Amino acid sequence: MAAAARSQVMSLYRTMLRESAKFPSYNYRNYALRRVRDAFKANRNVEDPKAVERLMEEGRQTLALIQRQVSIGKMYEAQKTVVD
Amino acid sequence: MLASGRTVSSRLLRPTAWLPLRLSSERTAASSLQKELIKKHEQDELRPLYMDFQATTPMDPRVLDAMLPYQVNYYGNPHSRTHAYGWESESAMETARKQVADLIGAVPREIVFTSGATESNNMAIKGVARFYKAKKRHVITTQTEHKCVLDSCRILESEGFDVTYLPVQKNGLLDLELLEASIRTDTSLVSVMTVNNEIGVKQPIKEIGQICRSKGVFFHTDAAQAVGKIPISISDWKIDLMSISGHKIYGPKGVGALYVRRRPRVRLEPIQNGGGQERGLRSGTVPTPLAVGLGAACSIAQKEMEYDHQRVSMLANRLVQKIMSEIPDVIMNGDPEQRYSGCINLSFAYVEGESLLMALKDVALSSGSACTSASLEPSYVLRAIGADEDLAHSSIRFGIGRFTTEEEVDYTAEKCIEQVHRLREMSPLWEMIQEGIDLKSIKWTQH
Repeated sequence: MAAAARSQVMSLYRTMLRESAKFPSYNYRNYALRRVRDAFKANRNVEDPKAVERLMEEGRQTLALIQRQVSIGKMYEAQKTVVD
Repeated sequence: MLASGRTVSSRLLRPTAWLPLRLSSERTAASSLQKELIKKHEQDELRPLYMDFQATTPMDPRVLDAMLPYQVNYYGNPHSRTHAYGWESESAMETARKQVADLIGAVPREIVFTSGATESNNMAIKGVARFYKAKKRHVITTQTEHKCVLDSCRILESEGFDVTYLPVQKNGLLDLELLEASIRTDTSLVSVMTVNNEIGVKQPIKEIGQICRSKGVFFHTDAAQAVGKIPISISDWKIDLMSISGHKIYGPKGVGALYVRRRPRVRLEPIQNGGGQERGLRSGTVPTPLAVGLGAACSIAQKEMEYDHQRVSMLANRLVQKIMSEIPDVIMNGDPEQRYSGCINLSFAYVEGESLLMALKDVALSSGSACTSASLEPSYVLRAIGADEDLAHSSIRFGIGRFTTEEEVDYTAEKCIEQVHRLREMSPLWEMIQEGIDLKSIKWTQH
């Protein structure tokens, strides 16, 4: 069961990274990419299917949040920072 | 000779005069193109990178996301008891209250929403002192507190209270024996901030709480810079009142909270009167979107505390190591161990602080706290820890937070090293130091 979900987990991971890369703000963008990567890495060895499902749901909700916040960031875009 | 056949006269000897005579619309198009180019250049100017996390913090996108529904559709007054708009708003406010309480180990009923830590500090200090003024006329605080605490104490003095402003040691920490000795039978309140906003020093709050509890004195702490960054437990630390600020923990500006202990009960005289909201301690409609933002910020901080702490410590070490290994004569103000790592105050000897800040215009930094940066005096906090006058003028505060990247830290360190070298090259004092002259032995002539 967990093995079948693995491809779903990877798909969610890739989608979240792709969406996070769209943040116009340098700081938010880097934070989102890093945090998503670290969160998936930390939960790599979770076995219990209920826990996996709970984390996946949390991931999906976070994905929606990222998409909303990216849109807002684009609506109110400012200039880039020096290290961008 | 112009295309129109007119001769050139001196009046026409301006660059544009050499252009063939244009239609008026073309000419206005040319000047508006110029305006566009100027505007684009200004817009292209890059923003400085943000390294001033003690002054304020950017809102976490998760906080903004939580707040927006209450700014758009769920706009009811949480104190309206008769309809769904009120009920849903109240429910959100109470959820937020629980989130704040959970972060500090309190019970929701002990949290009062305010407009910020300044209001919370005012409420705690003036409120407690005035309530118990019949028998207790003494308040104790430290010399390194935030201006709002010091100013509230000053007002209490004008009302006839006695206030003791305890000095701190060279490392910024309070001497516990001195505190114990200063407590009198008529002391009502001790106020000591948890983490200092200028030098990042962390006071021994647990021990102070123990002393105050044993002497029957209320203990208030301004935890604006500490909440959500270091673990706090109001029961372990025996804290009776605590100020919380929204915009220091990636929440919105304009909101904060005051924790007021209920067992044993702390009474205070409210400074804002009205319809009796927030247990009568702070009347006024609670701004639901802001409260929701504060709650979300607290809940996120609780989840992310360990992760953020590791990252901020790593970045802080990186910054300090880089700077100190490349430049001599740099002093970190405040105890090196008892501190919050994200607030680093460095004094660069023989370099003027303001000029260094101006030279580092690509990085948003500050010397001293935002609320005192308008005055030319050196920071009173640095003066309280016994920093030399000239070192106090040469200090810069670096703030590192949740969103800081390695690149930003490296850029800041490099620019800092480069500019300090440059400014020192230009400094005659530095030349004298290089030649081995002891500046303190010089007798400056009086004119």
